[in-house]
Order: sequence, then C-alpha cells, then structure tokens
Amino acid sequence: MKHESVETNAGLLIILTLAVISIGGLVEIVPLFYINDTIEEVEGVRPYTPLEQRGRDLYVREGCYTCHSQMVRPFRDEMLRYGHYSLAAESQYDHPFQWGSKRTGPDLARVGGKYSNEWQVQHLIQPKSLVPESIMPGYPWLAANRLDYSDIEQRMIALKRVGVPYSINQEEFAANVERFGEDVAMMLDINRAEENLIAQAQRENFDGDSTFISEMDAIVAYLQVLGTMVDFNEYSAGHFAEFR
Amino acid sequence: MSQTAATAGSVPASTAVPSEQYNYEIVKKFSIAAVIWGVLGMAAGVWIASQLAWPFLNFDIAQITFGRFRPVHTTLVIFGFGGNALFATSYYIIQRTCQTRLYSDRLSLFTFYGWNLALILGVFTYMAGITQGREYAEFNWQIDILIAITWIVYFWVFLMTLLRRSQPHIYVANWFFMAFILATALLHIFNNLQVPLSLTSPHSYSLFSGVQDAMTQWWYGHNAVGFFLTAAFLGMMYYFVPKQAGRPIYSYKLSIIHFWALVFLYMWVGAHHLHWTALPDWVSTLAATFSILLLLPSWGGMINGIMTLSGAWDKLRTDPIMLFLITALSFYGMSTFEGPMMSLKSVNALSHYTDWTVGHVHSGALGWVAMITFGSLYHLIPRLWNTKIYSLRLIYIHFFLATIGIVLYIVSMWVAGIGQGLMLRAFDEYGNLAYTFTESVVFLHKPYMVRAIGGGFFLLGMLIMAFNVAMTILTAKRTVPVADESRATAASAS
Repeated sequence: MKHESVETNAGLLIILTLAVISIGGLVEIVPLFYINDTIEEVEGVRPYTPLEQRGRDLYVREGCYTCHSQMVRPFRDEMLRYGHYSLAAESQYDHPFQWGSKRTGPDLARVGGKYSNEWQVQHLIQPKSLVPESIMPGYPWLAANRLDYSDIEQRMIALKRVGVPYSINQEEFAANVERFGEDVAMMLDINRAEENLIAQAQRENFDGDSTFISEMDAIVAYLQVLGTMVDFNEYSAGHFAEFR
Repeated sequence: MSQTAATAGSVPASTAVPSEQYNYEIVKKFSIAAVIWGVLGMAAGVWIASQLAWPFLNFDIAQITFGRFRPVHTTLVIFGFGGNALFATSYYIIQRTCQTRLYSDRLSLFTFYGWNLALILGVFTYMAGITQGREYAEFNWQIDILIAITWIVYFWVFLMTLLRRSQPHIYVANWFFMAFILATALLHIFNNLQVPLSLTSPHSYSLFSGVQDAMTQWWYGHNAVGFFLTAAFLGMMYYFVPKQAGRPIYSYKLSIIHFWALVFLYMWVGAHHLHWTALPDWVSTLAATFSILLLLPSWGGMINGIMTLSGAWDKLRTDPIMLFLITALSFYGMSTFEGPMMSLKSVNALSHYTDWTVGHVHSGALGWVAMITFGSLYHLIPRLWNTKIYSLRLIYIHFFLATIGIVLYIVSMWVAGIGQGLMLRAFDEYGNLAYTFTESVVFLHKPYMVRAIGGGFFLLGMLIMAFNVAMTILTAKRTVPVADESRATAASAS
C-alpha cells in the first residue's frame, strides 16, 4: 500500500491512527487488571474508616499531592528516611491514587504515627512554628471548619461501586468479618457510617477540641493511618522483592 | 505529489478576499483567547513559583494556597493558552490547506464557548477545592463531560472540513492535528472514568485505584504532553515554519516516518513517570525502552523543521518570527533528548520527585510549546486582521525576554533538582543520612528565587506580546476603510 492512499482518504487516516495509538495502552494497562502478582496479598491492609476517608477527601481537596508523594521507593536513603518501600497493596483502596510526582515536602506514605496528633495539628495550622525553615503553607481553616459528613453514606456507596469492600447488607458484613475481623468490619458498615465517624472523632479527639468535629480531626485521622496498616515484622526481609 | 503536500496552503485561486472566503472570525476569537489565557496562566505560574520562594504569599487564604492554585496554573497554560492556540491554528490551517471554508460556523463557535466555559469553571472549582486530584485532569466530572462534548464537536468540524477539501491530499499538518484530536479524546475519556456521589454532586471517586489508577493517569499525563503539547504543535510547526520561511518542508519522507513513529511510540512511555514505584517492573522497563526509541521520531521532527530553513538561514537575522520558530525547534530537540535520558531508571532514581522534572517540563513548555505558539500567532494575527504587526521591535524584545526567562528557569531547576537529589541520597562516614529533608528545602530557596525571576521575565514578554497584539488589532480596525478601498479596487480590476 502506498502512503498516498492514506493521505487521500480521511477515513483510512483515522482508522490507522486509532489503531496505532491504541496498542501501547492495551499492552501496558490491560494486563495490570489480570496478572495476579500486580498486587501482592498483604495482611492488614483495609479500607479507610469513614473519618479517615473524609480526611483523605480533604487531602485531595487541598492538593497535598502537588508537593507530597505517597510512594517510598526501594532505595537505602528512602528506607532510612521514610521506612519500608511502598507495596502495591497499600494503595489498593485509594480512589484516586495519591502517589504524587514531586517532593517539595517529604514523602507521606508512612507518616502515620511518626508525629503526635498535637504536632500534626500545630504543624498544619502553622508549619513554621515547628519547622522554621518550612515553606509549607498554613491550613488554619482546617481547625476552624466543621467537618461536613452529611454525605458520608453517599460517599461510601460510591466507593463501594468502584470496588472498595464497604458493606451494606448482612451478607457483605459477614464477608468483611471473615476477611478483616469483626472490629474492622464494623467500621466498614455503611449503615453505621455516621455513628462510626462521630465515635472515632470523639474517641481519638485528634484536634484536642472535643466540642465539635473539625476538618482537622479528619485529616489528622487520615495522616495517622498512612503506612501503618501492614506490620512488616511479620514478613521476612526479601519477601516482597519477588513482586517487584 | 510531494509538491502539493510540500507547499503549505498555497494561495487560493479564487479572487475572494481570504477573510471572506474562510471563517476567520472563529480563528480571531481563539487567538485572542489564547493570548488572554496566556497572560493569566503565566501570571498564575509566577505567583505559585513565588509562593515556593516566599511562602508568606500563601497568606493563609485557602483559595490561593499552592495546592489549590497549582492546577489553576497548569490548566490555564496547557488548556487555556495551548488549547486555544491549537483551536485557532488548526481551524486556520485546515481551511488554508484544504482551501475550503470551515464546515460549520455555529458548531465551531460552540467549541469556542464550550472550551472556554470549561476553563472558567475549572479555575473557580479548583479554588473552591473541587478537584479529582489527578494531575492535568483536575476538572471535576461535570466539566469533564462538557469537555468531552466540545471535543467531539471539534472532531466533527475538523473531519467534515477535511472531507470538503478541494485538494486530493491531506496536508501533513492535518495528520498531526487529527492524531491529536483522536488521542486526546481517548485519553480524556479513559482517564476520567469516575463514579459521582450523585447527579448533582460535584464530587466523584475514580473507577480505578492504586496501581491501575496510577498507570492510567500517567498514560494520560504523558500523552497530554505527547499529543496535546507535541503532536498538535508539530502540526502548527508544519504549516507556519514553511510559510514563514517561504520554502517547502525539508523532507516529505521524513514527515511520514516520524509521524507514524511518533504517534505509535508515545503511547508506551507514560510509565516512566512511575519508575521504582509499586508498578510492576515489566511495565516501567517497557516504558523506558520506548522512551529511548522516541528520541528518533522527535528529532526527525526537529530536523525536518530546522532544515526547512536551509538556504534561507539569513532570515534568522532579519525576521524575529523565524527566531521564535527555530528557537522553539531547538528547545524541542533539547527537551526530547533530556526526556529519554531522564526515563533511564538510574537517572530517574535521582531526578524523580525533584525540580529537575519541573525544569524539564518547562524547557518543553516554555521553549517549545510557547515559543512555537508565539511565532505562529505573530505570523497569524496580522493576516487575520489584514494588516501589519504593530511593532517588529517589540517582537524582538519579547523574544529576548522569553529566552532569558527560559534559561534562568531551566538552569535554576537543574541546580535545584540535581542538588536536592544528591543531598537526599548522601550518607556520612557512619552510613547515616547526611542531610535532613528540611536541609534540602533550605538549599532550594535560592534556585526558587531565580526560577520565579525567570518566570517573571517570561511573563513580561507575554505581556508585551499582548500589548503588541492589541495594538495591531486596534490599528487594523482604524484603517479598515483603507483596506476596503483596496479590496474594491482589486475587485474591479479582476
């Protein structure tokens, strides 16, 4: 076939172009859904509780991903600085993923438990008060704003539709008990979402102010769970290398 | 045949004035919009660059903090400045090279309003904290639908115009525009698969999660660069470079080979944004391999563009528009060399997550995309308004401001990125980390100041362009009677 026939036929040009641009994506993306090793089985990874998920929504809202990654790479310096490298399973319930592409600030994949709640609250309100060299903006409104959780059930239902195992009926609840244990399964029950959210915020009282549930409660709840779900002591040193 | 394809849009045989035979109104609208969004988008860029150098500029105001404002910058420069410039030039080029009027005035007007409405809505929703949290695809799902509809109409207008061409051959610029339209549709739709909370809620969750979501996003993200910011601007190059040089394209064969190689290879390379992550190794290895291969078609395009000037090199001394176009191609060559190098896993281990990436993007975005657009618009605008450019001198000034700005920008980001990358992986004699993360942030302060200043230079150039364009249009309007007179004479003479 001469190239002239493509140049004189718009339909042919379109069909050939579509074919040529589709191949790369088909070869690289589609298998990721079918190759089982893509996401290794890991004990401990669970969907977020209602409060943590609302915190995650705020993390996305404020565009934290524009300066912070959530992906520790398998290098010695990163292991020393941030901890064990990130596993695929650790972001399997992340809609959308927040691996990030730029570290203007440090990686946050394992920031959970690294600092106290008080530190996180103070740091979010005024980062310079704790890290004088910091160039991070302050987020004082997180402490002042009441957390809107009126749509928490709707949110969990939407997440369930995209594959997060929140439960809405007895059967799904039982499956979650089997998979995550009873305590976690309770937290993943959409019918108890609001109740669970309020209870967690009051019990853990992240922002130190028990009079109302602030956005700060939610975002600190999220930050404090990041990277803490997997207990790496349970696995031998080279265990995850085979999945890379 | 190569003759027909090589002479970009020869003068139509009919006696009608081009501005009447063709739909220039829509091209004018998009051109003006491109300049306005260019000013706003680059101003937003200088603003967020300044926030990184002088963080007090965040003022504790939610709507303008870096995290919410960075998408405003990226959206306005990519889709506002770049997008409107692409609509303008593609609508112009397809009419000139097919020697036919645009298929539908009303539908093309719809693309203008649809596209620009999406941009305006985007700015306000980002500032209000409504975002999908996906880079360069932050628009929420309702705006995504508006964009998709606009895009399908754009495809339709482009295709129907192409089918009405009075030339048997489809000119090479239009292949690139067609590939850009098709690929952007594909990428936009698959990267924005979302499940909304309800039909009235602006919020949604992505259909995919984790690894698959990351792969889809960067397949999109890199091809937004590959097709939106490269293939389409090559379409621009293939018309305006030969036109401005007054010479045919250097090699017709090269344009065929590099077109097919480019559109095929680009789609494979997105995963080089995910080296060393939880993405399976086989994908990132494939992506790195194809990234290296991509150097060839990229340089094919650069060589084809630059060599078009062979025999007319003196134009670089006398024609500032040519300076813009050729410098753009040089930056294109440079950043498409840097890109494959950064996609090597060992280099990427250092460069990823640092400002080196930001510098690389801007050597492409400022050096290639913006420069080729400036050159094209300077060529286009006087023709649209049937007049001469207000000031050639101001184009020179713009050129030098832009070039100085880019050099400051890229060099400071090399220093920042490579410096920070080296600091973060340095160990002391006991095997402990030599620097804390905070120490690397302190180090970044000076490069960040230089970058903000470089961006300021570039913005100043853009403002001068806006002034020059405005004065050109105003002068043209004032001299309309004269133009009409000459047209009348021309008509009576024929």
